[in-house]
Amino acid sequence: MNPVLKLLLEGGSLTTAQMAQVAGLSVAQVEQHLEQLKKDKIFLGWHPVLDLSREAGAAAAVRAVIEVKVTPERGGGFNRLAERIARFDEVESCYLMSGGFDLLVFVHEPSLQKVAAFVSERLSTIEGVLSTSTHFMLRCYKEQGFLLDGGEAPTTRLNVAP
Amino acid sequence: MNPSNFIARHVAALPKSGIRDFFELVAKLKGQDVISLGVGEPDFVTPWHIREAAIYALEKGKTYYTSNLGLIELRRAIAKYVEEHFGVSYRPEDQVIVTVGVSEALDLACRAFINPGDKVMFHQPCYVSYSPSVVLAHGTAIAVPTYAKDNFALTAEALRAAWQPGARMLMLNLPCNPTGGTCSREQLEKIAEFCREKDLLVLTDEIYSELTFEGTHTSIASLPGMAERTIFLHGFSKAFAMTGWRIGYACGPAALIDAMMKVHQYSMLCASIIAQEAALEALLRGWDSVLKMREQYHRRRDLIVRRFNEIGLKCHSPRGSFYAFPDVSVTGLTEKDFATNLLTQQKVAVVPGIAFGENGKGHVRACFATSYEQLIVACDRIEKFVSGVRR
Repeated sequence: MNPVLKLLLEGGSLTTAQMAQVAGLSVAQVEQHLEQLKKDKIFLGWHPVLDLSREAGAAAAVRAVIEVKVTPERGGGFNRLAERIARFDEVESCYLMSGGFDLLVFVHEPSLQKVAAFVSERLSTIEGVLSTSTHFMLRCYKEQGFLLDGGEAPTTRLNVAP
Repeated sequence: MNPSNFIARHVAALPKSGIRDFFELVAKLKGQDVISLGVGEPDFVTPWHIREAAIYALEKGKTYYTSNLGLIELRRAIAKYVEEHFGVSYRPEDQVIVTVGVSEALDLACRAFINPGDKVMFHQPCYVSYSPSVVLAHGTAIAVPTYAKDNFALTAEALRAAWQPGARMLMLNLPCNPTGGTCSREQLEKIAEFCREKDLLVLTDEIYSELTFEGTHTSIASLPGMAERTIFLHGFSKAFAMTGWRIGYACGPAALIDAMMKVHQYSMLCASIIAQEAALEALLRGWDSVLKMREQYHRRRDLIVRRFNEIGLKCHSPRGSFYAFPDVSVTGLTEKDFATNLLTQQKVAVVPGIAFGENGKGHVRACFATSYEQLIVACDRIEKFVSGVRR
């Protein structure tokens, strides 16, 4: 496996210089690996994981999960509709699901009204969308592997031990 | 009246661990930006599913003593684990005892098997407790040196050279704290042969065995004719990141485990039930976490060993454990001065090798159980320090 991909998979947030140190490569080599991963469409980009509830200056935001039922099409199945929905800026993530509905759509908007407008005016009016069911997120406890309430207490590990 | 007169002679004569002095020194720098490579434990917190199992056990009211030997479910899981990973089978009913860390198992074995004056061999540099455990059991400890030229593997030749009449026991710790040294199967076979020839009981502390980065770990207990003369010691501290739980175990011939149980029953009684419940969870479902942690240690090892050698501190690549043991004599400093000056000038804590016995001279122990970011900065600081000294 690409050594840089291995480090990315560990989920740390090393700089390219640090990655170079850990993997025993030069910075240029790490950058080359990153480029290759991008070219191969394996590495799509960086994305900070933030807890904006702690930032007073951040505008309030509403997150919702929408279950969408759609009519599959001969030939493309769910793909054409899913890709079309996924292109909206409001949509953070979009998945095809097994079970009682077809697509699971995560949206992120400044207000409840904006989410409502997106669902009623854009999403549900798409030809082939049969129904939507919107759930608003009330509170987040863990985001992409990070615990929001700080996780572990500061370490009490002794500095020197046998 | 001098209260010190009440202290038993053999305890009064026992030196305090060299690590203790260094700990005090580091403690004085509290609040400063010290990066510690002086620890002897994982930086990972115990995996959540293991902690959660302990919480669940508490909720279910598991607050009683257990059998002296430990929970039978845990002993069964231990026997299965040891058979699968080390290739030795033990009966959970009478050949396994759960202890308060490997340290207790070591102490039990010393008290159960050493007559006053008996000689016990151990390889050195080594973990700080081996020699004192023997002395506290009124035995005589005989150090067998291991050398950097052998990557600190114990050799049968060194054993033979150090052997004295009256030796009854050999203590092994492979992979070794502080050197990371291990023995190949061939080397172990020669050691085993020597033990059979000299009729030695073997105490093998394999606490770092899961952290073997190259090749497979071989336990001396798995070699032909050895299980009957070997006490296999292991625990959860290192592989499962459970140091503070204080939970370990010993496996061996029933008569010997029974003797250890006698000491255990009159002293510790049993290991904490909460720690036992957590240990059970670790064995049943913790292996994925072990592998993940091992992979990170492996990369950290490669990083620190490469950096030490780049800096000019000769360092062998430890095949196991999370310790690097570079030779610092090139700086012209003793290991103690190196560690002290590095700490005060560059705020990096390493442990002088002398703390692990005479044969640790000229070396320091650097634990790489710390994050990549910290390791990188620590190595840069060490580089700065070394180039300053050499100028």
